[in-house]
Amino acid sequence: MSRPEPELGTAAEYGRLTGREVDAVAASRGLVPDDLEVRLRADASSRNAVLALFAVGIGWLLIGSIFGEIASIKLHSPEFLTNHAWLTFGRVRTAHLHAVNYGWATAALIGMSLWLMPRLVHSELRDGRYAILGAVLFTIGIAIGIVAVLAGYSDGMEWLEAPRWVAGPFLVVGGGLIGFSLFRTVLARKSEHLYVSVWYILGAFIWFPMLYLVGKWPTYTGVESAAANWFFAHNVLGFWLTAMSLGGAYYFIPKVLGRPVYSYQLSVVGFWSLVMFYSLNGMHHLVGGPLPTWMITTSIVASVFMFIPVVATAINLHMTVVGRFGALRYSPTLRFVVIGSLSYTAVSLQGSFTALREVNRVTHFTHWTVAHSHVGGYAFVTFLAFGAIYYIVPRLVGREWPSERLIRWHFNLVLGGIALYVVALSWAGVLQGLALLDPATPFAESVRVTLPGLWGRTLAGLILTAGHVVFAYHFWLMVRKPGVATRTRPPLHEVRPVLYTAEAEAGRR
Amino acid sequence: MSRHGDYMARAALVALGAFAIMASAITILVVIPKIMLREVRAMPELAPYTDEQLRGREVYIANGCLYCHSQQIRDPAFTTDVDRGWGSRPTVPEDYVYDRPHLLGTMRTGPDLINVGQRLPSEDWHLIHLYDPRAVVEWSTMPAFPFLFEERRPEDVGPEDRVVPLTGPRAPEGVVIVAKPEALALTAYLISLNRQYPVADSLRAQDQMLGGDGHSGAGGSHD
Repeated sequence: MSRPEPELGTAAEYGRLTGREVDAVAASRGLVPDDLEVRLRADASSRNAVLALFAVGIGWLLIGSIFGEIASIKLHSPEFLTNHAWLTFGRVRTAHLHAVNYGWATAALIGMSLWLMPRLVHSELRDGRYAILGAVLFTIGIAIGIVAVLAGYSDGMEWLEAPRWVAGPFLVVGGGLIGFSLFRTVLARKSEHLYVSVWYILGAFIWFPMLYLVGKWPTYTGVESAAANWFFAHNVLGFWLTAMSLGGAYYFIPKVLGRPVYSYQLSVVGFWSLVMFYSLNGMHHLVGGPLPTWMITTSIVASVFMFIPVVATAINLHMTVVGRFGALRYSPTLRFVVIGSLSYTAVSLQGSFTALREVNRVTHFTHWTVAHSHVGGYAFVTFLAFGAIYYIVPRLVGREWPSERLIRWHFNLVLGGIALYVVALSWAGVLQGLALLDPATPFAESVRVTLPGLWGRTLAGLILTAGHVVFAYHFWLMVRKPGVATRTRPPLHEVRPVLYTAEAEAGRR
Repeated sequence: MSRHGDYMARAALVALGAFAIMASAITILVVIPKIMLREVRAMPELAPYTDEQLRGREVYIANGCLYCHSQQIRDPAFTTDVDRGWGSRPTVPEDYVYDRPHLLGTMRTGPDLINVGQRLPSEDWHLIHLYDPRAVVEWSTMPAFPFLFEERRPEDVGPEDRVVPLTGPRAPEGVVIVAKPEALALTAYLISLNRQYPVADSLRAQDQMLGGDGHSGAGGSHD
């Protein structure tokens, strides 16, 4: 019983089943045949925008990987590429952050959202032209921001470096146009029910403009700007990247497995408690700093309370998978999304723990934080985006991924790479933090002890970059070379459709 | 399923709730502090940055110094920043009144710099260190910033040029290193960093009323 049924998403797949099989699958889900038409039209309506955003995102992923690798090498080999101002550590590091977070993750997740939303509300994407125009403007804004940072024009706050008066207008107008298209789609919905993924994606497009406005407000002085800075920088993960990623996880896991999400009530609890507690977390980046203590304490308490949304979401997502782990062998989407969801649980609990003053006094100001942010930004968000792309693109181009082997290579490289990354850098961070805490230990020692971990991170970065190259090549094969990909077999394994019956579902409760 | 939560099916309510909760978080962590911190004034000992120092601050930001150097001394009750000799007291909001934007930092790949001007007041030292960090700090992993300097033939150096006094085996041969205005501005900014003046007890008490990060507030326990 552990095999997923095929998705009835594209004409190609539709044609693969016999009429009786289609009817049986449709009936088991309470679908009438018209629903398939609706879904095909929904996919067609978002096709161009989604493929364009995926392509742009993968481009940024490659660029961001190169910047990240250069920055990583510089931390242990400081004489590497020092002759050009634009290649100095402080600039390439920031270019890396912007390329992967705002270029890759944002583009990929917006693409996923533009595909999901019409499907979830049984409608076509409204004003898709505006969404495409918005994506173009947004991408130009990101590019301007990165070029400006490399040229030495930075607004000076972490995560907010892109100059507000130059890159800002492109980001605001571009993001606004995409949001407009999504909101119009929701308003035009034909379904009565709003699935949990819709809340998260809808929320993300409400929250991001609020956060950006607060972060880029031009009149802060002194420690106010620190508060605004970390309010933005923490929440842009929680309310933009995490929100869209969780929207994806709530969709793909039940979808691929063909069973409903474990508990509707838990998803309500998870959603609202995430909004309540995550939004107050940011000041834990300033523990011990020169801000009013109550602000920092508020964030520490809220960080601890994060266990409520995290555990609610974890139970919900993981219990949906329990008993069906075998399906990970067949579906690359499920592999990436399930590992991504596990990483979300891990990174959130790690974050609550790190916010405690006893832990923070060791880990603050060290590479531990960088490792932590990569568990979130990579093992969670990026894995989710990979899973989404593996699921969505075949349904847009009407054929399966051309190569099982390339998917395997991609998966193994990025999983091994991020594992090495996190272990090496967390280890370096703890050693560094312990050395810094002991005033009898010279500062030089806190630098020296990190070097093996930093070399490990550079190796991990190379492995990850290799994985990205494999993925980008496969995506290119898939989209640009229709002749290569005439096979219609699903990736990884041949499966025959298996229907989950009501009795079988009842049996697992 | 929807029997339990029909209200969630109403997009406007979800949107409104999402907006309202974020708006209250912004009020708590950004707006209220902004109002409270309006009362914070600089100490008389803290001079505003000069134009030269502000240009240096721009160079600091442009080259991303903040990603490896913090500018804050934390409470001795649960950190060892003071014991390490980085400052005689924890920094307070009054120390940052002229900082736009803040450069508190989140990494200590290198040492804290909020009092570096007091620790290392020599312009020569900073120029050498920026040109070739390992010429003065053997274990340093700081990048060199040669692009803030010019190589000149000795005969091309004029009296107005600031020559970097490089000696020893790492000094380049046959050329003289002249600091560009960016290097001089950055050095001026670094030397200006000094928040060692005493903070009056009354101010500490006032900070605690504001909720300032005094000894009592940030103890080893998490309250």
